[in-house]
Amino acid sequence: MNFEFSEDQKLVQKTARDYLAEHSGLGVCRAVLESSKPYDSGLWKGAAEMGWLGAAVPEQFGGAGLGYLELVLIAEEIGRALAPIPFSSSVYLATEALLLAGSEPQKKKYLPRLCSGELIGTFAFAEGASDLLDPGFVSTRFDAGRLSGEKVPVADGDIAGLGVVLAKDAKGAPCLALVDLGGSGITRTTLESFDPSRSQARLRFEGATAEPLGDAGKGFQIFERVLDRAAVMMAFEQLGGAQRALEVTREFTMNRYAFGRPVASFQALKHRMAEVYCALELGRSNAYYGAWALSSSAEELPVAAAGARVAACDASSLSAEEMIQLHGGVGFTWEYDCHLYYRRAKLLGLALGSAAEWREKLIRRLESRDAA
Amino acid sequence: MDFNDTPEEAAFRARARGWLEKNAEPLDPSKVAPNEMGEREDAATIRRCKAWQAKKADAGWACITWPKEYGGQDATPMQRVIFNQEEAKFRVPPNIYAIGHGMLGPTIMAHGSPEQKKRYLPSMLRGEEVWCQLFSEPAAGSDLAGLRTSAVKEGTDWLLNGQKIWSTGAHFCDWGMIVTRTDPSAAKHAGLTYFIVDMHSRGIEVRPIKQINGASGFNEVFFSNVRVPDSNRLGAVGDGWRVALTTLMNERVAIGAGTGSGRFKDLLRLAKQTRRNGRPAIEDSAVRQKLADFYVRSKGLQYTGYRTLSALSRGQIPGPEGSIGKAVGAPLGQQMAAFAVELQGALGAVADKELAPQEALWQEAYLSAPGLRIAGGTDEILKNIIAERVLRLPPEIRVDKEKPFRDIPSGNITK
Repeated sequence: MNFEFSEDQKLVQKTARDYLAEHSGLGVCRAVLESSKPYDSGLWKGAAEMGWLGAAVPEQFGGAGLGYLELVLIAEEIGRALAPIPFSSSVYLATEALLLAGSEPQKKKYLPRLCSGELIGTFAFAEGASDLLDPGFVSTRFDAGRLSGEKVPVADGDIAGLGVVLAKDAKGAPCLALVDLGGSGITRTTLESFDPSRSQARLRFEGATAEPLGDAGKGFQIFERVLDRAAVMMAFEQLGGAQRALEVTREFTMNRYAFGRPVASFQALKHRMAEVYCALELGRSNAYYGAWALSSSAEELPVAAAGARVAACDASSLSAEEMIQLHGGVGFTWEYDCHLYYRRAKLLGLALGSAAEWREKLIRRLESRDAA
Repeated sequence: MDFNDTPEEAAFRARARGWLEKNAEPLDPSKVAPNEMGEREDAATIRRCKAWQAKKADAGWACITWPKEYGGQDATPMQRVIFNQEEAKFRVPPNIYAIGHGMLGPTIMAHGSPEQKKRYLPSMLRGEEVWCQLFSEPAAGSDLAGLRTSAVKEGTDWLLNGQKIWSTGAHFCDWGMIVTRTDPSAAKHAGLTYFIVDMHSRGIEVRPIKQINGASGFNEVFFSNVRVPDSNRLGAVGDGWRVALTTLMNERVAIGAGTGSGRFKDLLRLAKQTRRNGRPAIEDSAVRQKLADFYVRSKGLQYTGYRTLSALSRGQIPGPEGSIGKAVGAPLGQQMAAFAVELQGALGAVADKELAPQEALWQEAYLSAPGLRIAGGTDEILKNIIAERVLRLPPEIRVDKEKPFRDIPSGNITK
């Protein structure tokens, strides 16, 4: 039994933590949150130089040729630092979609630029309050190399240069298109984000030139497979933030006195923090299982990814909600950092579809596994 | 990251399995797993338990982590886990030795005299003598150090008076390990002394407690002028709390190691068999959301167990983090059972094994569940342990720590 990360993998994580501690204090997140800057471009360059953007991409395509066990630990640190960069959109979604479904020329053309950070990628799938479990929500059309329709919200859609777009073809079958978001026939509008340290946009396509990605007619399956892979990495990012939120809360309650003693000594608060700890550990264990499935291309991945996603959503919501509650009034102020964790936890919890949708996916997958 | 044994572990597993295949009957995985809470410990069962333990001891498979001088094999904790995993795949008698082997034996090893170790450990290992723990009292459960059973020195003996409760298996045990108060004028934790007591002594009365699930695993044990020789004292007079902590630390390891993901598959099957809103319950979205939640928590515990095993496999000893198994598992078991009984509608109220789905296992589970949230550390105590020992939050403020025990307010307890 070796259900643990190796010393080498932990070293990759420590390097990431040290780098982010130096270059991505909460002030960096807050600066993006309080300005009109969509992300921190300096930190994005740093992440590229550290080799994080292509951690799991083979060297022949400009990546670092590490693996997913390294990448998820980097993701955990990105989450811990609340790094205001389009890491999930570009690395977990766009890069994964290309690795999974891209042709050799497409991989050669885009992956090196995604790994170097010169190109930011994103995956445009939602069309409003879409039911992501049913392809019926897709109305964007991709026909004869032209894309038409509207995607909203698209994470980092206002800053990305490359878009993977879930659309339907002339026959109405779901398909994927790869589009240069700087090209003509595209209108981008930045939206007011629930977490302004991460940007969201509306993308309107009016006959924009695009190329197909992956097998015709397999668009929705590829979309779901990309989401599964992203869900595992995102789970680590979510848990990184949730873990840090608990640590900050612990520090605060140890130093905040009421009734003549640290508020951390009251059983009501201790038990709440113990519950957060338990949720985090359940999340971590499910996420480890997801990481194992992802890194070993196991058949278990669809079930493992859904489990990791649900557990991570539960843990990160609880940790962020309790963070504000246990801080008391100051936790509700703009000045304190609690709301940075609170916003990010919910944003990430909705980015790939809500926990409720993933619970439904999980049961569907358990049913089909039992039937097989 | 993988789930494979190391080559040494694989070789050990093959050896354990080989012996079990020759000596026991494999379980049928298609049948509902045996439910230990429901087992009745009659004389015939005890005889089967003793015979199986003796067979293991003869072949060198009993208490394998114990030192060779007491009959063990000096095996690693990981090897014990592997043997237990393999043994669980066979139809073997219930384990009436868990408390002795897991908790009391290690306490004797840590605090016993050479004579005590020689006298008690080999026969405990072979299962010839069965042991019970006499710790909790009617007024001392979570607050164990508040115990009141007294031991007074008389010549070379001690005279024990008082009452213990929740003593698992005391009705068929030969020996007990008991914590008593020897100095009520000392502070609470300082006035305690630990003894080994012969359960066949005059003055001991064991009364089985009928539990809400109908079983009687626990007992009340009454002591009236029970004579215990001073040679049966374990540790120094007044040092009983330190000795008791050794026992309790081992309890946590023992309970933590036993946590499994339980009965999710049975619950999923039940949801397919029962109906809600005019269709199979499994098609109802509220049911599906709930099932997913149970699955994620069950699996989270199972994988947390894998992480513990990985640490064990590397030679690390599990710490207080293990408390999560019971802190999450016990309430989860109750929630799953409550949900399963509700899925059965009116039939949920029927405990007839012929009529209720899945041999009424959920009715039984729901009635057993409250006990699991209390025994061996309540939900609340486990959260205290996580808060204080894992998260390092401040300990509870104790208003009774420094006072002489006899001056501590005791509410409606008769002194």
